[in-house]
Amino acid sequence: MIFNFKKTPPSPPCRLADLAPGQAAVIAALALPPAAAEPLMDLGLVAGSQVLAVRRAPAGDPVVYRVDGAEIALRRETTQHISVLPIEAAAEVGR
Amino acid sequence: MTTLTAIAPESRPAPAGAAPKAIQTLALVGPPNSGKSTLFNNLTGLRQKVANFPGVTVEHRAGRMRGGHGEAVTVLDLPGIHSLSPHSEDERVAADVLYGRVLGTPRPDAIILILDATNLNRHLVLAARVIALGLPTLVLLNMADALRQQNGGVNLVALAGQLGTPVALISAARGEGLATVQKFVSSVGAPPAPVELPVLQDVRHCREWAVRVASHASYRRPLPPAWSQRLDSIFLHRYWGPGIFVAVVIAAFQLIFRLGQPLSNGLQDLLLAAGQPLAAHIPAGLLRSLLIDGAWKGMTSVLVFLPQILLLFLLIGVLEDSGYLARAAVITDRTMAKLGLNGKAFIPLLSAYACAVPAIMATRTIENKRDRMATILIAPLMTCSARLPVYTMIIAAFVPDRPLAGVFLGTRAAAMLGLYVVGFLAAVVTAKLLKSSVLKSHSSPFVMELPTYRWPTARSLGLRLADRSWAFASRVGTVVLAVSLGLALLINLPVHSGQAALQDSVLAAVGQRIEPVIAPLGFNWKIGVGLLTSIAAREVIVGTLGTLYGMDPGTHAMSLQGALHTDLSPGGAVALLLFFAFALQCTSTLAVVRRETNSWKWPLAQFFYMAALAYGSALLANQLIQRLWL
Repeated sequence: MIFNFKKTPPSPPCRLADLAPGQAAVIAALALPPAAAEPLMDLGLVAGSQVLAVRRAPAGDPVVYRVDGAEIALRRETTQHISVLPIEAAAEVGR
Repeated sequence: MTTLTAIAPESRPAPAGAAPKAIQTLALVGPPNSGKSTLFNNLTGLRQKVANFPGVTVEHRAGRMRGGHGEAVTVLDLPGIHSLSPHSEDERVAADVLYGRVLGTPRPDAIILILDATNLNRHLVLAARVIALGLPTLVLLNMADALRQQNGGVNLVALAGQLGTPVALISAARGEGLATVQKFVSSVGAPPAPVELPVLQDVRHCREWAVRVASHASYRRPLPPAWSQRLDSIFLHRYWGPGIFVAVVIAAFQLIFRLGQPLSNGLQDLLLAAGQPLAAHIPAGLLRSLLIDGAWKGMTSVLVFLPQILLLFLLIGVLEDSGYLARAAVITDRTMAKLGLNGKAFIPLLSAYACAVPAIMATRTIENKRDRMATILIAPLMTCSARLPVYTMIIAAFVPDRPLAGVFLGTRAAAMLGLYVVGFLAAVVTAKLLKSSVLKSHSSPFVMELPTYRWPTARSLGLRLADRSWAFASRVGTVVLAVSLGLALLINLPVHSGQAALQDSVLAAVGQRIEPVIAPLGFNWKIGVGLLTSIAAREVIVGTLGTLYGMDPGTHAMSLQGALHTDLSPGGAVALLLFFAFALQCTSTLAVVRRETNSWKWPLAQFFYMAALAYGSALLANQLIQRLWL
């Protein structure tokens, strides 16, 4: 909790791609074609579920997210189409 | 109450009617990373075979196991899936098998559904879909040990009640709880008890159901172990991550070459020694020439690569089972994305430096079919170990050995390195071309699950190696044997009473016939024959040229390098190197591409594309060098 910008909530809704590592959010909607959205939904990325950005890959993309107890890496090209509602208390999610 | 031992099926609700019937076919269903393959290996041992379903690239394995009373049951290992909806080929195939819609595959009588006990909320969604099929089902919660160690828990009796099926906790990696499966096989035949299931088409509803079922069964999800998190903060660290990754890659490379080469040489000596008494039993003449010089030498020249292939699969096995491979894919994804490829293509492409055959088999980890196809198509452009004998032979004949950068790099090593770079660049350009044309893909997003780190078990690694050895040996015994025999026959035709006259053989006639085609590349008919025989395997050209120059009175007394030096122009030598850098001279690769893609279209397209690339660049190189230097 060194970075105080986490305390100021970004104006909701924002994109999953905008979450910084350590920030948590609730999925709002997946603006993806069904063929792309369904595999993600099977992994737990459904509206209403909580997601935590864990860490970035060394190159900055993809980003590792914790969803439903599992960790999955997603590219920015995917996460920029997923809208989320940020949660302030990041540390309590996904555990 | 939290039960951590396997519970017997008795505790489930009484089945409604239906006389029990013996199980003949059992389907193993589960999400990826649930330990399904480990369970399959444990149940069937090595009594299994790998096969493709008709018309699709999805592979399935079938094996046999014995039930509690010793009865034989066929076990089908279906691809790892998250759902039964047809948005991936794997899921469509799994659903088709479970509905009995696959020709030649019997509809399973019962299902074993294996779920990851440490990830139950998510995996129960698949349970709803599988139970809804109405087949007798046993639900296994795998990784009981991890659940126990990490303070998780679940009430099996309550869960069995919620699902209407027997439920057991097992540990497939440790072989714990397998007796439950045998008991299930011999005692059931009843469909699941009627329970409330969600609307399967509604993913959100399914998930709500799963969460409710898990909480009714007082499921406590284990905390992800702190050490796994700590490892990730190192392996995916901004600077350490790529550093460790490069070190791992170099170490793997070194191990395959440094350890594989002596092992391969040892195997070669062993096979040579084995061939001698074999030859002694066959009377000299056509038969011995065919069997020993043809079939035996042809087969052994390929068999000697077994150590490298096993080493490679051992390394891939350790990296994959431990969970590092998923991290490596995350690290390389950015670079691969720039090439238009999937992050998971990295490992197959790396292994293609040893041999394209295991590399192409390793592309199975890439779910996106188009990305997988692109990787298969460029893998043979990576400089495989079979090119080394050819490169070494030509470089030694034409490149003088002088230091280029002190002790670090000599002219010969630099020439070799240059050929590696040329191959890599060709692969990159080809990938770009493919991804911007026929294999353009946007629909399926890149999703990489990062499993918790685990120690690879000796049992799982051993089964992998045994499986691959068998696959490799059976290919040598079929394709390679046939090609070698055919070539030996051509060299010996027409049959002569004494020493076969090289110039009069059918092979020489063939070589002279193709000479006009290859003359612009600076090749003569002997090289031409070498190009033909090396379609079987690249290194075959070395043996072929050795025989041809050895039987030619003009070069009889010279070493192979010496003979090449007098017989081939510098332009022809460079052309020959480039030809081998690009051409797909490998029937094993063609056969494996045909098997993996289930059609002749791709291997043939690949063969002609690479042949055109090889011919074009060899022609250009030879003509340029001739104009510039002569």
